[in-house]
Order: sequence, then structure tokens, then C-alpha cells
Amino acid sequence: MARHHEGMRKERLDRGIKVRSDGVYAVGSWREMAFLLAPRLVLILGLLALPLALAQAPYWQKVLSIICIYALLAIGFDFLAHFVGLVSLGGALYIGVGAYLAALLNTELGLPVWATIPLATVLGGGVCTLLLWPCLPLRGVYFAIVSLMFPLLASRIIEALDVFGGTDGVIGVAGFPGVWVEQYLLVVCLLLILFGLRRLVNEDVGLVFRGVKDNDQAVKASGINITTFKALGVFIAASLGCLGGAILAHIYNWAGISQFALDFSIIPIAATVVGGGGTLVGPVIGCLILVPISELLRDFGTLRIAVYALILMAFIVFKSEGLMSFGARKYNQSESWVEI
Amino acid sequence: MAAARAQMSPDQAQPLLSVRGLNKTFGGVQALAEVSFEVRPGDILGVIGPNGSGKTTLVNAITGFIKLDSGRVSFQGRDITGWAPHKIVNRGLTRTFQVMRPYFSLPAFKNLIVPLFSNRARRTGGWRGGGRLGSRDTVAVDILEEIGFERESYVPYKVASSLPTGYLKRLELARCLALRPELIICDEVFSGLSMSEMASMVPLMEKLNLEGITLIMVEHRLRELFRLATRVLVMNFGAKIAEGTPEEVMADEQVKEAYFGSEEVYGYV
Amino acid sequence: MEILVYGIINSVTLALMALGFTLVYGVSRLPNFAHGALYVLTGYITWQLLNRLGLPYFLAGFLSLALVGGVGALMYHFILERIRGMAISEIIASYAIGLAILEGLRWAGLKGGTFILKPFIEGSLNIAGVSVDYQRVLAVVLGAALVGFLWLFVNQTRLGLALKGMAQDERAAMTLGIDSDRMAVVAMALGSIFAGVAALVLMPLGSIIVESGYQVLILAVAVCIVGGLGSWTGALLAAFVIGFAQILTVSYLGAHWQMVVALVAIILTLVLRPSGLFGKQKELEERV
Repeated sequence: MARHHEGMRKERLDRGIKVRSDGVYAVGSWREMAFLLAPRLVLILGLLALPLALAQAPYWQKVLSIICIYALLAIGFDFLAHFVGLVSLGGALYIGVGAYLAALLNTELGLPVWATIPLATVLGGGVCTLLLWPCLPLRGVYFAIVSLMFPLLASRIIEALDVFGGTDGVIGVAGFPGVWVEQYLLVVCLLLILFGLRRLVNEDVGLVFRGVKDNDQAVKASGINITTFKALGVFIAASLGCLGGAILAHIYNWAGISQFALDFSIIPIAATVVGGGGTLVGPVIGCLILVPISELLRDFGTLRIAVYALILMAFIVFKSEGLMSFGARKYNQSESWVEI
Repeated sequence: MAAARAQMSPDQAQPLLSVRGLNKTFGGVQALAEVSFEVRPGDILGVIGPNGSGKTTLVNAITGFIKLDSGRVSFQGRDITGWAPHKIVNRGLTRTFQVMRPYFSLPAFKNLIVPLFSNRARRTGGWRGGGRLGSRDTVAVDILEEIGFERESYVPYKVASSLPTGYLKRLELARCLALRPELIICDEVFSGLSMSEMASMVPLMEKLNLEGITLIMVEHRLRELFRLATRVLVMNFGAKIAEGTPEEVMADEQVKEAYFGSEEVYGYV
Repeated sequence: MEILVYGIINSVTLALMALGFTLVYGVSRLPNFAHGALYVLTGYITWQLLNRLGLPYFLAGFLSLALVGGVGALMYHFILERIRGMAISEIIASYAIGLAILEGLRWAGLKGGTFILKPFIEGSLNIAGVSVDYQRVLAVVLGAALVGFLWLFVNQTRLGLALKGMAQDERAAMTLGIDSDRMAVVAMALGSIFAGVAALVLMPLGSIIVESGYQVLILAVAVCIVGGLGSWTGALLAAFVIGFAQILTVSYLGAHWQMVVALVAIILTLVLRPSGLFGKQKELEERV
């Protein structure tokens, strides 16, 4: 390489449009608009087209549903960790609570799917927020440890009390009217939430959230109750997880202890780290990569957990910015060789 | 404005802030020992003392950032001991921090968005005029102009990381002003400023005081402080060792001994 | 009486599990979430050495301890050292390593029932009308010995004093010429060996299973948090508190609740008294 470029040096430029208009879009030409819109359109149209593309492969359609559920959870994790400053290692709690709520609402009260899912989302978010409320003042590592304990505790208690079907779980939950409903419900929810949340964090409220994360003292001294905002953040993240859990229960027609399992806590974190934390889109991309890998390795049993644990470790140690930040930087920069 | 405030508090003699017998120990070290004092509306109270004499602990204790071992704090006649910081702030008692951490990557005026979200700012409708809150951004820029960010020079729109220390200190004050406070406790607003920045900061503090804001100023810069303060409180080893007008405090033997070391008082100042 | 005897045994067991974790945290502020994996790994290596190579028990034990110590040191030096100080990354990365080890072992065929270490000593003893097998007695004796050894090591040897200095104030230790990265590696190696010793002593009581890795991790974390992270005396006392609480719940509520006790202890401690039973004010401020 070096021999070809003797007497030259590499020059790296940020696209002018990015420099001029970070956050404020003063776009003048179709080229610039296309430049800004292209990545968004690829994601939106790509996700919308995937169910159609996979129509011939029902197995991979299921995988797509799982990807979307993990992505919901991962977006919640990313939001909570990078915009509110609470690292929640217990994503399984949200999935489990959402799944059990939806299942119970459906089997015990006989509510239809279109009612159980929104109810489980909101109620579940509330339940998780109440459970985590006493832990909200805790910082960093300590909140992480406690949140890791909650899903374990939940499954042990269900086991010990033998409620909600005990180890068998709640069976006979109604399914979706069709695979298309299931797929597009998930994809549309995911896209709406993704772009909605991105808007939220860039609004003024987002500044308050970021203040809670980076400088809680100044936020307190500005007359704002940080516990309220932390609780709000947890509620949003938990609701996303519960939505995923509720849909999961209806896909499998079942809710059980395994929905409190480690997978739901680890994969979203891995996806966020791989995709790029703090971007909200990164976690979705991370899920699109990691979940299929884990499905391909399904034949090797638990080796897949070892594999994505190693991927997670490698990314966190060697490439902690993640793919999304890396990609965005490359997309916005142009590199060229110039004569010295 | 000052006259309007005077009318609002019917009894001028009633203290705005009253602190009685504050005690706080950190692992055996007495950080505050029986500190008592009062601040009347319109005062500028200076708090001085050597490093580690408990000044910042005092600020933290009054504003609810640390829990007290014993003692009572009351503000506007209401006992606020043990209240959460944000509740105290919403009653009109706010503070600045020695170490400022603004949103460096954002324009200066965006830094005022957080206080404008507080209940107090919503209630009082931003800085100018009561009633409904305008666009948060315009209110923020107005507040910055009030505190010396020249609107024409686009300083309020500049990224905070590009601002010199003087402006950052003002930004910290502006964060308090956004809450339309009755009392601001300033933790070393003069430290780290250049001579010229200091020269413009002193009249600014005077102006705030004239507009009816009572000030407590914790300071190391005695020359500027003594020009501003109506009363001065001297601390050493967590205890109050003297209180009075600047002249009285300067003449106090105990203060000379403890704080200034020896007779070189005026040389130091 | 039964509760007293089994309470003591259970408490010492917990202390054994937690000792390595609290040592590593105390010295280098690293919450080593791979602790449980190192525990299971030791058992697995020992079993392999015993049954594949046919080594005598004690040789196999020492070899596997050395190996696990090396694994811990390498893991720290090549991976965790790079993210030192980023608490959340440390947790996630060490947990990922632990997960990789445990699930890797499971994939390699580690299942309950087949992998059994036999007790050092067979038979049982009668203490005040309660029958206790020798292995448990040995666990208690070894646990006490290990605590004594640790105390001597930390207070009497140069290396131990350096570790203690780092635990108290890392920067001050560095100004005294203590290489903090090297000390952290040493602490990690020691911590791994302690996990290994715990495994060698406790595993003959059951079989080597992957789940015990997660269980040991939770128990170690519970003990350390209740005791105040990084405080050794705190950890020992907390081991007794949780140990007896567990035995009491088992005998009055049922075995299902045993794990719940540890989890509830963590949550209650962090919520009610974040610095732990014996933690200090400074740590309190870090946590809340």
C-alpha cells in the first residue's frame, strides 16, 4: 500500500453537509437530501420488505419476529443506558412480565389479542417501574447488579409459589390471526418506536434525560426531580420490553419461566455493544446481525451463547464504539490521497 | 424591581434564610460544627475561610445535597431541613457549583433548557414577565442576555465548549436565574477568572442584587468579595469564628490568626 | 442444634465462594463476573486430569489450581486491563467471558451426573448429635485455614502488603512504586485460585454442573454486597448472616426459597443500606 502512495498523504474530510448542519437541516439540493435520506430509507424499506422476502421461508419469518422482539428490548436498553444513565442488565424481567401479563389477560379475562398487547405494554411498564423504583437512586454498577437479580428472582418465586402455572407456565394463549399480522405489527411498531424515541432524545426533554445521566447534581440544582425522570426512562424501556414479551407470548401461545431467561438479558446488550450504543439504530442493526448468527448456530446447542458472549467481549474491549458509529463516520467522511 | 420585592415580604425584619446549629461529620471529621446564621432579604452575605474549613459542605447542607447530623434550616419562614434538593430549589433557593459541567457540545442557550423544565420556571413563566411560557429557546436567550451574553455577537448561540471561563461562570449563574430565585448561593464564582472578567463580574452581581435577589457568596477572592458583601461570615474547622461587616471581620483578631496566618492581612488581600 | 451446625457449614461455604470475588474487587475494583465460571472450570480441569491422565488427586488439584490461576491472570492482562475503570464494561466483559467459559463447557459435554469428584475423605462424624460427613468438616477447616492464610499473606509478606496498599488507595500506592497493573494481575490470579480451592473443597459434595457456576456467582455477589464490597471482614460476617438465613428458610419454608434469600438480601441491602453492613461512607457516595 505504502509504496503506491509515495509522496502522497491521506486526507480525511467530513462531508460539508454534516459539518454545517448537525441537527439543523439546511438542505439545498436533491443530492444532499438523498445523502441524508438514503440510510434511513434503506432501513425503513428494508425492514418493511423483509417479511415479503422471507415469505417462502417460514422458519426465517419466525427468526425475523424474534429479531424484532430483541430489537425492541435492545432499543430500550440503549435508551436507558446512554440517555438516562441506568444500565439495566435484566431485560428478561420486562419480557417475562409482558409475556405473563398478556397471557393472563388473554386466558383468565378472555381479552383478545388487540387488547392484551397494549394493556400488557402499559401495565407491564408500570409494574416493572414500581419494582425497580427503590433501586433508582443507585448508581452504575449497583443498579446493574440489582437489575440482573430481578429476572432470576421472578422465576424463582414463580417456581417456589407455584403460581401462574408454575414451571409449566400459562398455556393456551391465543395466537395472531395470521403470520402477516404478526410480522407487520412487529416491524411497524419497531420502526415507529425507533424513530419516535430518536425524536424524543433530540427534543428538549432529551436534554433533561442527558443531564440526569451526565450531571445529576446540576439537574437537581435546576429544580428537577431526577427520580421522576429516571422512573420515566425505566417506564419507557420496560414498556418496550413488555411489548416484545406480550407479542412473544402470542407467537408461542405460551408464557413461562424461560421468558425470564438469560438470553433476553444478554442478547440485547450484545446487540447494543456490537451495533453501537447511544445511536438507538445501532441496537437494531446489532440484532439483525447477532440473532441470525445465533439461529445458524442453533445446531451446536449452547455453543451459540459462548459465541455471542465472545463477540460481545471482543466488541466491548476492542471496538467499543460499535458498527453504527463506525459506519456513520465512514459515511460522513471522504478519504482521498493527495500530493504533498 | 427591588421595591416590588420589598412590598412582597411584609416584614422586612424576618430573615429570608435562617440556619441554626448545623452539624455534620464525615467519618470522624467535623465538617460543620454548630453553624448558625441568618440572611435578610436583599443581603449579600460573604462566606470565607481557609481551604477545608467546611464552606462547600455548608452550601451542600443548606441546599439539601447532603443529609445533616443535626440542625435546622428554614427558608422564607418554612422549615426545609431534610428536603430534597429539587424541592428546595422550587421554593426559590438555588445554588451554583464550583465545578461546572455544562453541555459542552450544545449551544450556550440550550444549557438553560433543563432549569426551564422545573416546576418553578413553568409557574413563573421564564425570566421576563409572568404568565405563559414562551418558546423555551427565546426565554433562554433572554436570560443569557440579562446576564451579559451579547445577543448581537451571537455568543448565546455559540457552542459551550468554545466559551471562556468567564462566560461559563455566567452560564452557571444563568442556570440559577432561569428559576427566578429569591436566593442564590454562589460557590466561588470568582475563582479561575481573569482580572478583566472579574471586573465585569462584580457589577453583574451588584445588578442581580439590586434586582432583588439575595446572595450568599462563598469566596476565596477577598478583595472583590469585600467590595460587594454587606456582611461576612468566617469559617474555620467547620465552625463559624466571626461574623459582621467586612471592616469588623478584618479587624477581628481571631480571624487574622486563623485565616490570614499573621499580621499580613492587607498584603494578602 | 442441627440449624447451628448446618448454619456454620453453609456460612463457611459461602465465605469460601466469596473470598476470591471480594479479594479481586478489593484490590482492583473489578467486579469479576467470571468468578463462577472459574469455579466450575477448576472442577472440570481436575476431573479431566484425574480421569483422563490418571494423575493422583493432590497433584491434579494443585495443577488445576495453577492452571486456573493462569487463566485468571491472562484473562485480566489481555482483556480486562484494557477496560479498567469503566465499571459497566468490566461487568459486561467479565460476565461475557464467564458465559463463554460456562456455555463452552456445557457444549463440550459437561452435564450433571457424569462428572463427579470423589470426596477426599469418606465417612462421617457425629457433632452434638448431628451427623456431618468429613468432607463438610474439611470444608470448614479449610475455609478457616484459607482466611488465616489470607490474613498472614496480606499482613506479613511484601506482595500482600502491596496488595493491601492498593486496596486502600491506588494512587498513593502507585506513588510508592507499586505497579498497579501487575498487582491487579496478581490479585486476579489469587482470586481465581481461591475460586478453585472453593471448587475443589465443595464440588465433591455434589457433581460438577454448569448451573453451579451461576449459583456461585450470585452467592458471591450477594455476600460481598451485603458485607460491603471490598471489605473482607464484612464479607465474612455477611457470609454468616446469609448462611444462617438460608438454612433457616430451608428448614421453615422449603428448599425452593434458598436462592431467593440471597437475591432478596442483595436487593434489600442496596436499597436500605447501600454501603453494605460494614462499608464506609465513601463507598456510600459512590453508590447513591
